[in-house]
Amino acid sequence: MEIMGLPLIYYGAMILKVLLAFVFVLLTVAYATYAERKIIGHMQVRIGPNRTGPMGLLQPIADGIKLFFKEEIIPAQASKFAFVLAPLVALIPAFISFAVIPFGDTFEIAGYKVPLQIAAYADQAGKVFDLNIGVLYILAMASLGVYGIVLAGWSSNSKYSLLGGLRASAQMISYELAAGLAIVCVFMVSESLSLQQIVSDQGGLFGWYIFRTPFTFVAGIIFFICSLAEINRTPFDLPEAETELVSGFCTEYSSMKYAMFFMAEYANMVTVCAVTTTLFLGGWHGPLPPVLNFIAKVYILMFVCMWVRATYPRYRYDQLMKLGWKVFLPTTLFLIVGNAFWITLFQK
Amino acid sequence: METLFFSIVAAVAILMSILVIRCKNPINSALSLIMTFFCLATLYVMLEAPFMAAIQVIVYAGAIMVLIVFVIMLLNIRTESGRRTQHALFLGAATGLFLLFQTWYLLSRSSLTGTKGPIDSAALARFGHTELIGQSLFTEFLLPFEITSILLLVAIVGAVVLAKKKL
Repeated sequence: MEIMGLPLIYYGAMILKVLLAFVFVLLTVAYATYAERKIIGHMQVRIGPNRTGPMGLLQPIADGIKLFFKEEIIPAQASKFAFVLAPLVALIPAFISFAVIPFGDTFEIAGYKVPLQIAAYADQAGKVFDLNIGVLYILAMASLGVYGIVLAGWSSNSKYSLLGGLRASAQMISYELAAGLAIVCVFMVSESLSLQQIVSDQGGLFGWYIFRTPFTFVAGIIFFICSLAEINRTPFDLPEAETELVSGFCTEYSSMKYAMFFMAEYANMVTVCAVTTTLFLGGWHGPLPPVLNFIAKVYILMFVCMWVRATYPRYRYDQLMKLGWKVFLPTTLFLIVGNAFWITLFQK
Repeated sequence: METLFFSIVAAVAILMSILVIRCKNPINSALSLIMTFFCLATLYVMLEAPFMAAIQVIVYAGAIMVLIVFVIMLLNIRTESGRRTQHALFLGAATGLFLLFQTWYLLSRSSLTGTKGPIDSAALARFGHTELIGQSLFTEFLLPFEITSILLLVAIVGAVVLAKKKL
């Protein structure tokens, strides 16, 4: 049986992959909140949550139930449509970036090859096709993440929210540029925009793009830092700097809507770590089974995010802008030129 | 199937573009415009131009619209009660009719010749859309491409000079 020229099993596999990735991200999001509190707790010589369930393991579920049953408040002067829309707009781009990330090798079921990447399929000969602009798709979705925060900030009709939203939009635009330019170094090595091809090109430890040339090494680090800034993680969490802005763009939000912003923050963290893994750290290549390699790398990067949060103080606004425009942007431009010379001189 | 999908996307695009000009609230207008860009991106994908689609979302929805929303927020423009004068109505109607006439003229006078260029679906599948665009940008259209970048550079320098009188 075929629909639009593709066998039925292709659609079944697609739905299964979507469910798998979605459940993985959701569970990771829930337990990332727990892990973050525990890890930061230990780093600051505290214990962290330990009351709900053994070692506090049920804490994320308790938090979820609590937020779900809280009273929902929409400020009277708020712009209602945008106010309700904002949490959704924040959450969705974080999840749909996963559509193009290859999280495992191709495997066979009943004679069909199934690549472990949502937006990909293998034809009868076993050649894998995926979105051939995968990286651009990720950039596009990352650039949409800003709307949730901006809308929340504007529609709340509160000065703290508005300032948070303004900061977020300025910050995200500045760091998007440097992050995008850092990825150009990867294109120069991979000569392709398809993530399937980018990952399959990175076999072996020294095949990872971050170790390919000295320039991609720096580019990888800059990309990760810029991504942290784009998703408003500490030390770049100015949009919700609680000492100045109460809670920034989500000051007026309560109940499930607040929970959705919270989820978006952690889902963004998972996505950013997955993208960094795919582009620079060899994707699913490594000593363990492919899927576990990928998950391990993502979790290690997430640990780094939490470590950074426990360690560094927040940037001041002018420092943030200076870092983005005067340090990262020129550096990435230099990296592109340097990488071009390196590749033509040593690798052709 | 594809025709049905196209009609849905096209209908949403038209509805959203009407909302862009009909919304009282500037932010809602901007949101509708973003939705329109998304529909256009979908149409590009259907025309086998995925690179154009991605650029449409990155540049228009991701950068330009963020700036527009940023400005609306910065000036804190709230819902404006639009003043609709007789002159404005008349001018709008006249322009609309003129555009309609122009479209009709273009559609009725021109005809599809059926000439096919060297790039078809097979070429797209073999080389990839991005590669083809890159190739033509850096060979055939190199001069326009460079001139565009110089124009943009001039615009950037101009903006800096205008914004910062004392450098």
